[in-house]
Amino acid sequence: MPTIVEKRVLTPITKLFRVEAPLIARSARPGQFLIVRVREGGERIPLTIADYDAATGLVTIVVQEVGATTRRLGALEPGETILDMVGPLGNAIELAPGGHVVGVGGGFGSAALLCLMRALRRRGDHTTIVMGARRADLLLLVDELRAVCDHLELCTDDGSVGFKGFVTQRLQQLIDGDSPRRPDHVVAIGPMPMMRAVAETTRPTGIPTLVSMDPVMIDGTGMCGGCRITVGGEVKFACVDGPCFDAHRVDFDEAMRRTKMYVREQEAALQRLETEGICHAG
Amino acid sequence: MPVKRANKTPMPERPAGIRSHDFREVNEGYSLAHAAFEAERCLRCQDPVCIEGCPVGIPIPDFIHAVAAGDLPGAARQLREANPLPAICGRVCPQESQCEMLCHMVKRFRPVAIGHLERYVADWERMETPLPEPRTPTRAEKIAVIGAGPAGLVCAGELARLGYAVTVYEALHAPGGVLRYGIPEFRLPKEILDWEIEVLRRLGVEIVCNVIIGKTLTLDALFDDYGFAAVFVGTGAGLPAFLGIPGENLNGVFSANEFLTRINLMRAYDFPAADTPLKVGRRVAVIGAGNTAMDAIRSAMRMGAEEALIVYRRSEKEMSARVEEYHHAIEEGVQFNWLTNPIEILGDKEGWVTGLKCQRMRLGEPDASGRARPVPIEGSEFVLPVDNVVLAIGTTPNPLLIKTASGLETTRRGCLVAEETTGQTSRRRIYAGGDAVTGAATVILAAGAGKRAARAIHADLSGEH
Ligand SMILES: Cc1cc2nc3c(=O)[nH]c(=O)nc-3n(C[C@H](O)[C@H](O)[C@H](O)COP(=O)(O)OP(=O)(O)OC[C@H]3O[C@@H](n4cnc5c(N)ncnc54)[C@H](O)[C@@H]3O)c2cc1C
Ligand SMILES: Cc1cc2nc3c(=O)[nH]c(=O)nc-3n(C[C@H](O)[C@H](O)[C@H](O)COP(=O)(O)OP(=O)(O)OC[C@H]3O[C@@H](n4cnc5c(N)ncnc54)[C@H](O)[C@@H]3O)c2cc1C
Ligand code: SF4
Ligand code: SF4
Ligand code: FES
Repeated sequence: MPTIVEKRVLTPITKLFRVEAPLIARSARPGQFLIVRVREGGERIPLTIADYDAATGLVTIVVQEVGATTRRLGALEPGETILDMVGPLGNAIELAPGGHVVGVGGGFGSAALLCLMRALRRRGDHTTIVMGARRADLLLLVDELRAVCDHLELCTDDGSVGFKGFVTQRLQQLIDGDSPRRPDHVVAIGPMPMMRAVAETTRPTGIPTLVSMDPVMIDGTGMCGGCRITVGGEVKFACVDGPCFDAHRVDFDEAMRRTKMYVREQEAALQRLETEGICHAG
Repeated sequence: MPVKRANKTPMPERPAGIRSHDFREVNEGYSLAHAAFEAERCLRCQDPVCIEGCPVGIPIPDFIHAVAAGDLPGAARQLREANPLPAICGRVCPQESQCEMLCHMVKRFRPVAIGHLERYVADWERMETPLPEPRTPTRAEKIAVIGAGPAGLVCAGELARLGYAVTVYEALHAPGGVLRYGIPEFRLPKEILDWEIEVLRRLGVEIVCNVIIGKTLTLDALFDDYGFAAVFVGTGAGLPAFLGIPGENLNGVFSANEFLTRINLMRAYDFPAADTPLKVGRRVAVIGAGNTAMDAIRSAMRMGAEEALIVYRRSEKEMSARVEEYHHAIEEGVQFNWLTNPIEILGDKEGWVTGLKCQRMRLGEPDASGRARPVPIEGSEFVLPVDNVVLAIGTTPNPLLIKTASGLETTRRGCLVAEETTGQTSRRRIYAGGDAVTGAATVILAAGAGKRAARAIHADLSGEH
């Protein structure tokens, strides 16, 4: 079973784990994800592979606690194991080399830019990360992300750090600005409303834009079809055809509606967790 | 001496009104008296054609004779030599189109209840005999099996009995394939599957879950880095088909695989004690009329649906479900809409399903499969008000593994090409069987293919036959 070797609390609800998973660390590529289960009877939840190192066999995941399963995961400590972990799933992000790539990150999505931007910069791409959060203390992994790209742009809603405003406003400035800072590719990873806003920002100029879709999943292997989304009028399974898709062709309305399918049940699960507490044995 | 009785000894079953609200097994199983009584009906024919109807050639009259003589250990041994999964096949084989269809009794009476007897003997064995002593491999060669469905599990068991060190890699977090995630508890209690898997572990088979060959490890790595001498591919046909009609992505529309996986593998019936939910509305329509469709609609009832509808574009005659499941579904109150073709799923403003628009069909000329082709009746459109639509219209092999492995020949439909008697694929030392080769078929065909491939692998590696 994958053992947690390191845990860092990034924000009150966001935790980073480094986990021993040598097979996954060896085959992972930027853009892929894995699926974990944290207890018997537990849900299978997908998490992006934020970073990996074949040499040490460690995989990094960053978890934002939004419901029962992510809360249970967030409560685990170094030395404990994760019941099930399978991956890497989905396809790696493929971009034509040599351009200026702007990675836009929000929430846990910023962490997913770690391995991607490092790999792109290593092969000689020009790289910028635009990361946003409501306040300075909600920005994740600032030092780590600064180290893997050429420019790190921070955005906060209240202007407490960096640019005052949304990531899309800063992205718009880059698009409107001088040529070397203009993006040739945009990759957006974060909450769906943010990814949709990025898609609308780049649509008028047609800058190729990828978004990493996070629909509800079960198996992650193409077996259930629960993760289906519509891209360019065609039905795709996000787990095997994605998770990254052409942002300008994704049907966000449908995707966002589908993620709300179990809102009431999710609240029930959370309430139950709150009344019973997290039992480490179970 | 055989005793002439026209009818099968009935299988004791739980009353429809009670069982349709829980997931406990419908059939209660024969008692020893039932089994002995039924075994007496077998004529012990000179030419036991029933055996020809069994894909693995169980010596049917011999095992039934042993039951009649009270020799249950003997019956169990004979069964297991031919079929490594008797408790499962006794429950889920489509007997009416296999062994029991050919039984001589059918000419004038009802056939001998071969399936019920097989189930009885296998259950007796599970309850009354100890698990085998743990064993370790005696041969140096290691063999990898990909997929822990019936094909893979049977292949692994046979190879372990021959002394090989076998590792089974399974993509999901629990072994069993469709037996785990597809076929519900009320037809196949998971306890039986768990017991069979424990037997395999004791034979020395190692089962490694959460490994996807083609993602976590490549097929080539199994040979080059792990030193496996041969590989058996039993990855099944897990990819669900959709109809491509408008409204299929509305909230409340599921593939049968998703619907059943949430219930069986993830235990949604235990929500919120188990974490995975499944929202089942008051009226549920399942499209299709195979075993998967019956399992989905009967599961929907057990999850609380008040009205359960099967929608099928052909007629009762073309339905592929086991007759027993069909009868049980009728008893439980499932409504059947034959010659009804779904053309659109309707939804409300929030994107939830509200209805299924259908069209009446009539039967026309036979098509390529020899079945009468359904033809739409003009102007016959109507709407069934429903809260959920579940699609059970078939599955095809998952391309995950094949896409990443070179030199594996496939058919147009994505099935692996393999020799029927050996499972040999287009690549040396790679064998395949089960749904991955045949497309969606049956448990006993998958088990038979796994067994034949194990023998062929042994012949290939040792030169012995
Ligand atoms: C490809 C992919 C990559 C992801 N990467 C990350 C990541 O790196 N870090 C992170 O914190 N989160 C990530 N997520 C989202 C994460 O999977 C969900 O937050 C998690 O499943 C919520 O489970 P829960 O029980 O805690 O909350 P719930 O109460 O079950 O749900 C809360 C929210 O999560 C969504 N959700 C619920 N179940 C699933 C499921 N099985 N699959 C997907 N979404 C679901 C719900 O629609 C809802 O919006 C990713 C999702 C996908 C599909
Ligand atoms: C709902 C339902 C009801 C059915 N009812 C009946 C019935 O009553 N009677 C009957 O005879 N048949 C029935 N069938 C059909 C029967 O279950 C299948 O024919 C049989 O299970 C096929 O066995 P298999 O071993 O080939 O594949 P599967 O059972 O599909 O198992 C394949 C396994 O391989 C794993 N896998 C796939 N790809 C990989 C990979 N790349 N790496 C690692 N693991 C992988 C899968 O996760 C799965 O566990 C039913 C099928 C369904 C879906
Ligand atoms: S395995 Fe299936 S076909 Fe063979 S005898 Fe048993 S029930 Fe009949
Ligand atoms: S054909 Fe029927 S009666 Fe004859 S041996 Fe087989 S099971 Fe018995
Ligand atoms: S998660 Fe099941 S098909 Fe994608």
